[in-house]
Amino acid sequence: MSLDVEILARFQFALTIMFHYIFPPFSIGTGLLLVIMESLYVRTKNPVYEKMTRFWIKIFAANFSIGVATGIVMEFEFGTNWATYSRYVGDIFGSPLAAEGIFAFFLESGFLAILLFGWDKVSPRVHLFATCMVALGSIMSGFWIVVANSWMQTPTAFHIVGEGLNARAEITDFWGMVFNPSTVIRFTHTIVGAFIQGSFLVISVSAYYLLKEKHYEIARRSMRISLIVAFVASAFQPVLGHIHAQEVAEYQPAKLAAFEGHYETQKQAPLYIIGGTDPETKSTYGIKVPGMLSFLVGDDFDHEVKGLNEFPRDEWPNVSLVFQTYHAMVALGMYFIGITAIGIILIYLKKLATKKWLLKIFVISVIFPVLANQFGWISAEAGRQPWIVYGLLKTSDALSKSVAAEEVLISIIMFMIVYILLFFVWIYILNKEIKHGPEEVDLDQETDYYHRKERLGFFTRKD
Amino acid sequence: MDYQVAWYLIVGILLIGYAILDGFDLGVGILHLFSKTDHDRRIFLNSIGPVWDGNEVWLITAGGALFAAFPDVYATAFSGFYLPFQILLVALIFRAVALEFRSKEKMKWWRNTWDRAFAIASIIASLLFGIAIGNIVIGMKIGADKEFMGNFFSHLNGYSLLTGVFTVSLFMLHGAVYLMRKTEGELQNLVRKWAFRAFWIFIVFYFVVTAYTLYLKPQMVANFSFGMVQGDFDKHPLIIDNQYLISIVAWLVVILNFLAILNIHRNLVKKNELPAFISSALSIAALISLFALGIFPNLMISSIDPAYSLDIYNASSSLKTLKIMFFVALVGVPFVLSYTIAIYWVFRGKTKLGENSY
Ligand code: HDD
Ligand code: HEM
Ligand code: HEM
Repeated sequence: MSLDVEILARFQFALTIMFHYIFPPFSIGTGLLLVIMESLYVRTKNPVYEKMTRFWIKIFAANFSIGVATGIVMEFEFGTNWATYSRYVGDIFGSPLAAEGIFAFFLESGFLAILLFGWDKVSPRVHLFATCMVALGSIMSGFWIVVANSWMQTPTAFHIVGEGLNARAEITDFWGMVFNPSTVIRFTHTIVGAFIQGSFLVISVSAYYLLKEKHYEIARRSMRISLIVAFVASAFQPVLGHIHAQEVAEYQPAKLAAFEGHYETQKQAPLYIIGGTDPETKSTYGIKVPGMLSFLVGDDFDHEVKGLNEFPRDEWPNVSLVFQTYHAMVALGMYFIGITAIGIILIYLKKLATKKWLLKIFVISVIFPVLANQFGWISAEAGRQPWIVYGLLKTSDALSKSVAAEEVLISIIMFMIVYILLFFVWIYILNKEIKHGPEEVDLDQETDYYHRKERLGFFTRKD
Repeated sequence: MDYQVAWYLIVGILLIGYAILDGFDLGVGILHLFSKTDHDRRIFLNSIGPVWDGNEVWLITAGGALFAAFPDVYATAFSGFYLPFQILLVALIFRAVALEFRSKEKMKWWRNTWDRAFAIASIIASLLFGIAIGNIVIGMKIGADKEFMGNFFSHLNGYSLLTGVFTVSLFMLHGAVYLMRKTEGELQNLVRKWAFRAFWIFIVFYFVVTAYTLYLKPQMVANFSFGMVQGDFDKHPLIIDNQYLISIVAWLVVILNFLAILNIHRNLVKKNELPAFISSALSIAALISLFALGIFPNLMISSIDPAYSLDIYNASSSLKTLKIMFFVALVGVPFVLSYTIAIYWVFRGKTKLGENSY
């Protein structure tokens, strides 16, 4: 057999998870913005906020449904592709996945019904409550899945039971597993990354309307809210990233060394702003800040940073890939801070709507957070190779024994076709919704709100 | 009762919940193409619009629960059913996306394409669920290392194809009964006509499947045969100790199941919408319970050697995990039930098209 199941299974997993991860950050990020917008509506009763909320719910729904559709695939992929892994760590790893279903997905999907179809069925307050629950549910689902992933990165609270074929990891402490050393920082970094991605979507669409001079009221306000969220989130991200890197240095030193193409253990280790690395010749080139890596990792320019040479060659990740994706993420992070800061200053000076060049940049900028989030995951996941569970189980030992290469190949082809199709349908629908735009607001017109207010109780209905 | 048995029950309940809830919206999907007008199709889609995602979460949670409680079953089942399962996933993707996007465009070809995708995906998904159950009943080629040793074609045997089609007919009936409750006037009459047809198709398959099962695998009744039939595998002490009680209850379930099925027909005639739906839900619950009791304490039966079967002991997680997750379920389930009920309550009544509709 010429095809290698391992490569195919990894490729298939990477394809499906990366495609899935285009959508959750949009859902999580726009979910937060919906909560803000609708709260403003319920507080001010201003019809602009109602129209605005309704419009963004449509965009949200288009993302959400693909997020759901592609997420179901992921739930079972540990069993299909990584059966040996599932047997080995199921005692520990299954729990967060089950918890995600019970605590997050039910919440999300239940209240989503009210969010999408409930405008005329429940009072505005109950609707806002539903919006909050959907946002909360999506954040919680992020939490539990990141718990599962973090445990694979920094496994704790387990012991190995049995030997040889029957060996497996068993849990010793549930909360120790949940709050393993990388959970909290990975969760915050991931969620903040999602906030950035969601708010950049809103920024992009609002900028488009401002450019076209359409839907001015809604675009202006959406822009203001999303720029503030994006700026705050972007400003936090390097701080969180820094803490994250310190955690990586402590628990996954080989990965950290790969991030920076750092081969020789040394004090005064440099940090590269941009560059490249070649693991064959063990050389890294580019623009560097001397001593900075030592400082970031150990708060001291003389801190000793372990290099890749300390690790056997077959335990190195793909250094070049990890180096580039990591640096691209960091560079994009800096870009987000810069561009949102400029936007906020211009809003403050009341000049944003006239700066066409900036609006144009905003329109295309929506793809950058998507890339940053993808790059972040690639560096985190590819950086832990060859381990699937760090230090415990190698990816090559984790495969499904009963699955043939041909089967994986068929599955890859099938998902490629389906996902390409989905991607275009998604773009097409978004484009259509955006071109159609929100309903025009007639400021003189009385909103439904005042009629609805007369209705009593929680679940009163309009007949 | 130990934690393993408790988790067998919990996974069973999740699957019953899934079959009852997603069963009707798969059924609506199967019936989708029978309606000819755009208006009717939109009514269909909107009748399940607010609830289908929540329904599917029962499957996701069952998957998660299986992983947490019986990791070996999760591993063997999904790697063993690799391709059928991938096809199932693609079908579920198409259902989700078709629902969301179908009504976004007015073009005829656009809507027709998504309508077809929706219906075909629903049929394939139902068929595959049935095929999986059929294979579990007759046993799969599971080796000593708990790995599946067959290939794609070993899943496609006569018996499991039959259970597959049976499942399609079951969901079709269930979906039609659900639609009765959600429609009114002319459309309701039409749906009712379909419900009668689906009912007779279902009845035929019901008898054929029952007879064929008893012929192929009389051992399926061993657990509730008053000790008269010897199974392929050792009976669980719970079964041996409560032989008579369990057998009596099980046969009551068989009888009640039969009555529930007849009751569907009676209520269809009388146009009692809710009782018809409840009867149909109960008969699904009864069928799955009998299946679960039949294979207990196994989760997957090996056709190579019964000793290789995955049962609730050799496939389970550690006691500690089972206990923790039991507690998690105790905390979580009341929440889940309360808002599931609230949502069905908010969206009760006949489906009407409005500005937020699909
Ligand atoms: C940080 C966030 C995050 C990450 C890393 C993942 N997901 Fe996800 N997932 C979500 C955040 C999310 C979400 C925000 O909750 C989604 C996306 C949009 C949506 O509708 O819900 C979702 C949907 C979603 C669904 C459908 C839920 C439903 O029907 O309501 C499933 C089964 C999964 N995911 C499973 C997974 C698995 C097994 C993953 C890892 C391999 C994974 N997701 C990565
Ligand atoms: C959501 C964002 C995520 C992205 C974009 C992502 C990306 C990737 C990529 C690119 C790979 C392939 C790495 C390689 O083969 O070199 C991979 C592998 C893997 N990831 Fe992730 N991942 C994500 C989240 C997760 C989560 C949340 C989990 C676990 C709960 C997870 C578990 C795995 C596993 C089991 C593999 C397969 C083994 C391997 O090839 O490393 N991933 N992921
Ligand atoms: C600006 C400076 C940033 C730094 C210093 C930084 C640092 C890091 C580090 C060290 C990791 C790897 C963690 C691991 O491998 O375990 C990581 C992962 C990640 N980063 Fe960043 N990051 C930055 C910006 C961003 C931005 C702007 C985004 C997205 C908008 C982002 C999204 C991610 C994601 C999704 C991951 C993978 C999940 C995780 O491990 O947390 N990062 N980041």
